[in-house]
Amino acid sequence: MAEKAYGLLINYEYCTGCMSCEMACSVEHDIPVGQYGIKMVEVGPWQIDKKNWQLDYVPIPTDMCDLCAGRVAKGKKPTCVKHCQSLCMEYGPVDELAAKMATATTKNVLYVPKAGTVA
Amino acid sequence: MTLRIDIPHDSDSSKEVRPTFFNEPPVMYTGGDLPWQWEEDGMICTRSAAWSAPGCHDGCGVIVYTDKETGKFIKVEGDEENPYYQGRLCMRCLDVAEAIYHPDRLLYPMKRDPKDRGKSDKWTRITWEEAYDIIDEKFTKIRDEFGGKSIIFASGTGRVTPPINARLGYALGSIQYSYFHSGNACYVPRVAAANTIMGCYTCPDFSMQFPDRYDNPEWVAPKNIFIWGNNPLIANADGNLGHWVVDCMKRGSKLVVVDPRLTWLAARADLWLQLRPGTDSMLALAMSKYIIEEELYDKEFVELWCYGFDEYYEAVKPYDLDWAAEVTWLDKEDIIEAAKKMAEQPTAVQWGLALDMNLQCITASQAVHNLWCITSQVDRPGGMITVHDPYNTEVWLPPDPREVFTPQQEKERIGSTYEMITNSGMVQCQADSMIDQLVTGRPFKIHAAWIQSTNPLACCAQDPEPRVEKGLKNCDFVVGVDCFMTPTLMANCDVVLPLCFYPEREGLRSVWYYIQNTNKACEPMGESKDDFQINWELGRRWNKDLWPGETLEEYFSYLIQEAGITYDDSRKLNWIYPEFHYFKYANGEQRPDGGLGFNTITGRIELYSLLLQRWGQKPLPYYAEPPMSPYSQPELYKEYNLVLTTGARHYESFHSEHRQMKRLRSNYPDPRFEIHPDAAAERGIEEGDWCWIESPIGRCRERAHITPIVDPRVVQADHGWWFPEADPEDQGEGCFATYARNINVVLPSECGDTGFGNQSKCYLCKVYKCELEEIALPEPANPKDRFAEGSFRNFTLEAEMEA
Repeated sequence: MAEKAYGLLINYEYCTGCMSCEMACSVEHDIPVGQYGIKMVEVGPWQIDKKNWQLDYVPIPTDMCDLCAGRVAKGKKPTCVKHCQSLCMEYGPVDELAAKMATATTKNVLYVPKAGTVA
Repeated sequence: MTLRIDIPHDSDSSKEVRPTFFNEPPVMYTGGDLPWQWEEDGMICTRSAAWSAPGCHDGCGVIVYTDKETGKFIKVEGDEENPYYQGRLCMRCLDVAEAIYHPDRLLYPMKRDPKDRGKSDKWTRITWEEAYDIIDEKFTKIRDEFGGKSIIFASGTGRVTPPINARLGYALGSIQYSYFHSGNACYVPRVAAANTIMGCYTCPDFSMQFPDRYDNPEWVAPKNIFIWGNNPLIANADGNLGHWVVDCMKRGSKLVVVDPRLTWLAARADLWLQLRPGTDSMLALAMSKYIIEEELYDKEFVELWCYGFDEYYEAVKPYDLDWAAEVTWLDKEDIIEAAKKMAEQPTAVQWGLALDMNLQCITASQAVHNLWCITSQVDRPGGMITVHDPYNTEVWLPPDPREVFTPQQEKERIGSTYEMITNSGMVQCQADSMIDQLVTGRPFKIHAAWIQSTNPLACCAQDPEPRVEKGLKNCDFVVGVDCFMTPTLMANCDVVLPLCFYPEREGLRSVWYYIQNTNKACEPMGESKDDFQINWELGRRWNKDLWPGETLEEYFSYLIQEAGITYDDSRKLNWIYPEFHYFKYANGEQRPDGGLGFNTITGRIELYSLLLQRWGQKPLPYYAEPPMSPYSQPELYKEYNLVLTTGARHYESFHSEHRQMKRLRSNYPDPRFEIHPDAAAERGIEEGDWCWIESPIGRCRERAHITPIVDPRVVQADHGWWFPEADPEDQGEGCFATYARNINVVLPSECGDTGFGNQSKCYLCKVYKCELEEIALPEPANPKDRFAEGSFRNFTLEAEMEA
C-alpha cells in the first residue's frame, strides 16, 4: 500500500504546447489513437490588454496514466517528464513537489493522478 | 561527462578562402567516456543522431531500443546525455515506430516505363543492381550526348541530402545541384546575405557550441532574444533547437517577437511586433536610424570593424518612425522600444524564413543583419556567434564545385546569370530558371532528373498549373528516392529507390557545432537503403576520387579526416566539439589567412557591400513595397481584400512529411487557414468551414480556423499538403490530390532581382465558403484494385503484411 502520494509538477509558465508528453505517453503505453494518458489543453488565446495575452498550455494526466510505474521502478523518469521539450515537468512525492511549489516564482500546477494517490 | 582531447594542429595557410573553411583550434571535447551501445532488459540500446528520414533540420540525440533476439526496432527515446538536445524529443520523432512499421513504406526498387508516368499499376520490381545499371546507362548516355549540364540533381530542405546530392552530380559531371522552391527562398538567401556582408554566417548564442552548455563559464544568457520571422519552437529553424529559447527565458532572457501571428513565444514576449507581412526591412531600417541617431550603436566596434558606416547612415536616414509605423502597421513606441532592446548587449536574433520569402529578401536580410553588427553583438557571449562546419565535415553544406569544374563549366549552372546566387557561396541552380528551362527546353533541354528526399509537387509547385510537374514530364528519364510513394514519384518518376529510416542506417550528423554518428541499430526493412549509401554506391560508378573509400565507413572516415579520427573512433567518442572561441575577428581566427577582421574584401563587416555593388545590386539596404499589397495594388485590393501569408509550422508534420502517420495526422487532419473573428464574421465563415482561398491567379480550399492571433487584414494558410489516402492517380487535382488543398497553387513562381526570394509570405487573396459539393477530394469513377498487377503497393510493407 502506497504511503505517500506521487504526482507531476508542471511549470506551465513554460509549457509551449508541443505535445511531446502526449506522444511519448501514447507510444510508451500503446494508447489507442484518440485516447490519452496525458492530454494537453489550450487556454486562450485572447487579448487581456494592450500588452498582455492569455495563452497557456497545460497538460492533464488522465486515468490511463500510471505515472510510468514500470519505468520508475527501474529508476527512470516517466516518459512525459523525460521528453518534455521545455523541461518543465517533474515527477516525485507530492510533499517534495509541493515544497518546491511553495516558493514558485512562475505559474505551476501540481497533479496527483489516480495512480499517484494513497491507496 | 566530456573528455578533452588535444589534436595535431595543421595550420595550412594554402587552403582556399571559403566562407566556411577553417582550421579548428587544437582541442576538441567529446562524449568519449559514455558507451555508444549497451544492453538493458533484453534490449540493445544504441546511441545515435536522428538525422532523417523521417526528419527535420535537427539530428536529435536518441537511444534506439531494439530486440536483443530478433534485432527488431522497439522504440526510440531521447538521449539525456546528449548536450545539444538533453533528452527531449518532438512528437514526430517519438512516433518513429509508426514510420518504420508503416504499411505504405516502400521496400524495393522499382521501375515504370516513362510513357506510363502517373499510372499507379505499371510498376515492376527490380534489384538494386538493375536499378543502378539503368540509372548508370541512361545518365551516362545523356551526359555523353548532351553534356552533364542537361541532368539536374535536386534535393529538398537541408538534411544530409544537399552535400551528397551535389557530390553525386559532380561525380557524373553535372553541376546542376538544385532545389525546386521559387527563389531558392529557404535559408539560402540569409546565408548568402551573411556571407556577402560579413564573410560568414552567424547564429544566436544559445550555448549550443559548448558541450557543457549553460554551465560554460564563458557563456552568458542573451539579455534580449529577437525572434524575427519564424516560430522556432516548431520549425527548429536552421538546425537550432527552438526550445533553447525557453531554456534562455528561464535564465533571464527577454523576448522581442517580430511576427504577423501571435505565437506562444509572442504571447510570452516583452514586446510583440505584429508587423504587416513583407515589411521586415522597413522595420529594421527604422530601428537602425533610431539606434544611430540616438547614438545607441557601438561606436568603437563600428569604427574598428565595420566598413561604410557613413553611407549606411545616409541610406537609413529616410526611414523615420512615422513612415515605418504607417508601412508596418506597428506603433511608433513599439519600434522605439525594439530599437532600444536591440542596442542592449548581449542581444541575439533568431531570424527565419519570413525574411527569405520576400522578393527583397537579400536587402531585408542585410537590414536585419546590420542591426546586430552596428550594436556589436557579433561573436559576443550571448550575442550572435560566427559558425562554420566543424573540421570542414561535409554533411551540411555542399562541396565546392571548383574541386571538379572549371570556371567556364561553372557558368553552365542554370541561373548562373544571377551573380548573387552564383558568387555568394551557395552553388545552387536558380530554381525559377531551372523550372522555366524544364518547361521550355531553352537555352538547352534538361534531359534527366535525380530527385532525392524531396517532394516538390507538394511543397514547391507554385502556380495554378504547376510547372514543376509539367517540366519534369519533359525529361526523358527521372529517378526518385523516397520512403513513401509521393505525388512527385507517382507523377514523374521512372525509377524509384526506397529509403530507409534513421534507426536503420549509418551516417554523420553535423550542423555547425559538433559531429555525431548516426549509428545503425537495426537492419533496414525490405531492401531499403539510406541516402548516403545510395549516393556512395552510385557515385563510385562515376568517379571514385570524389567518392573515396572501399567501404561506406571508410568514406565517412574521409569526411571527418580533419578531426584526426576515423568513423569508428567517432562512434566511440559519441560527439565531437571543436573548441569554441568568442571574438574570433579580434584574434585572427575569423579569416582563413589568419589576419584580423572578417573574411571580406575590406576585412570588415561591409555595411556598404562592395560585393553587392559588384553584382549590380544596391550596396545598401532599402525598403520596397511588396508588389502584391494593399498599397501597391489598391484596385486589386478592393476584391482581393486580405493579405495572405503562408506556411506556418505545426508540430504534427515537417513540410509534406508525416501525412500518413495516424497518430500525428489525427491531431491535425486537414490544412487550415487562420482568420480573425471579425474578418470571418464579415464573410459568414464559421470555425471549420471549408473555404476557397483565391488570389488573382488561382484558388485552393482549406478549413477556416478562427483566431485572434492574426490581424483582421491578414490570413495565414498552411502549406505542403497531399493525401496518402486519396487516389494515387491524378483525378484532376494532382496525384494523391496534392493540388486540391495546396496553397502553392494560389502563389506565383517568380523570384526577386537577385534570383532569391518569392512571395509566399506576402500576397493578396480573398476567402469565401466552398459549396458543399466542392469540398471532397476527387475520386476515380472506377477505382483500381489496391494490389492490382503492377500496383506499387505490391512493393510496400502493406503487401508483406497482407501476405
